[in-house]
Amino acid sequence: MVQPLNYLKESPSQTAGPYVHIGCTPNFTGIHGVYETDLGSGPMYNDKTRGERITIRGRVFDGSGTVLKDALVEIWQADSDGFYNSPSETRGSADPNFFGWGRCPADMTTGEFVFETIKPGKVPFRDGRLMAPHVTLWIVARGINIGLQTRMYFSDEEAANAEDPVLARIEHRVRVPTLIGKREGDTVTFDIHLQGENETVFFDI
Amino acid sequence: MKNTLPESGPFFARDRDWHPPAFAPGYKTTVLRSPQRALISLDGTKSEITGPVFGHNTIGEFDNDLIINYAKPGEMAIGQRILVHGRVLDERGVGVAGALVEFWQANAGGRYRHKKETYLAALDPNFGGFGRTIADENGYYWFRTIKPGPYPWPNGVNDWRPAHIHFSVFGHGFAQRLITQMYFEGDPLIWICPIVKTIPDEEAIKRLIAPLDMNNTIPMDMRAYKFDIVLRGRRSTFFENRKEGN
Ligand SMILES: [Fe+3]
Repeated sequence: MVQPLNYLKESPSQTAGPYVHIGCTPNFTGIHGVYETDLGSGPMYNDKTRGERITIRGRVFDGSGTVLKDALVEIWQADSDGFYNSPSETRGSADPNFFGWGRCPADMTTGEFVFETIKPGKVPFRDGRLMAPHVTLWIVARGINIGLQTRMYFSDEEAANAEDPVLARIEHRVRVPTLIGKREGDTVTFDIHLQGENETVFFDI
Repeated sequence: MKNTLPESGPFFARDRDWHPPAFAPGYKTTVLRSPQRALISLDGTKSEITGPVFGHNTIGEFDNDLIINYAKPGEMAIGQRILVHGRVLDERGVGVAGALVEFWQANAGGRYRHKKETYLAALDPNFGGFGRTIADENGYYWFRTIKPGPYPWPNGVNDWRPAHIHFSVFGHGFAQRLITQMYFEGDPLIWICPIVKTIPDEEAIKRLIAPLDMNNTIPMDMRAYKFDIVLRGRRSTFFENRKEGN
């Protein structure tokens, strides 16, 4: 016999279902008066936040090319200097005027999600190399059994993207563009494809 | 040297065989919504091991009381009064202090307060069906609600969801983000539900079934159900401070 390890098992995931908005964004569904505002809604910056203002827009598509109208998307990102507003950020302190997290339900008609945020700075990879600016995304919906984790990089960061150690890990290079948000002016468009020829790269992190 | 290690390590690898697979055709909506290609494996970087912290000021006084948080003054939601309580732990068995826990559910008749809900059961004018709380320093959380009813849903011709409460949980890192559901001990619908059955392992399903907890039941008021939630564990960071180039 050996000593038992005694680790617990993670609670198994279950789908967020069609009514995830009731719990996470009740005001969006028209249920007012309980929460003042929906958590994670509205611009992610204020007047004092450092960094370049951008708008991220996108939609989530299923394997038939149909837009999901019941998805919920969350993003998590570093501030303009590459620091996360988190106690697990051990390198320094982040911009106190940037929380770094946002939540947006897909529009019930168009399926679009929108985040008004700032462009993140570069964050080091585990070995110290810099990763290109990116935003981490988490996507849930009815029919998604476990939240999908992905990243959005920026099309105006070609040189940094070419050096990025995470993008470098993707063997099938034709899939890399699925992680690049297309920047035009201050808007970055990032569509997510759950299946099909352009299936987005999802991570097991 | 400090004996406590900073909580900044990556998380234990997720056991993907324990979780439901993305493609589970018994639950029809997964067929077109499941990624078909292999996930790219990545040991967590700063971008995943960090995560937002929600302060207690986020939470309103009655956010964890679904019996009254939507009710008109002096009125209450209709249904079996219950207390749901437990701990948010990580795989090391450590309480996740400050975890934000959000929950939502159908009313006692199995009807959700949602624009797209079509079930004919009556809406309860005093029940919103959602709440939230922040776990204390030991990971302990609780809320008061009414027991949700089972409801039919369009999947098979005659599929019913067991009574359940949906949970969304934030731990300390974005990689711990989890949405799951709590079921109630003794419900025969659990074992024939296509959504429950997306989980391949019976032992894993049992982790989502809350037992009746008579010790915490309040006499002449409400029964208690205990529901512990386990998030991914964090690796110790013994090797985090190695010199560059190693
Ligand atoms: Fe439900």
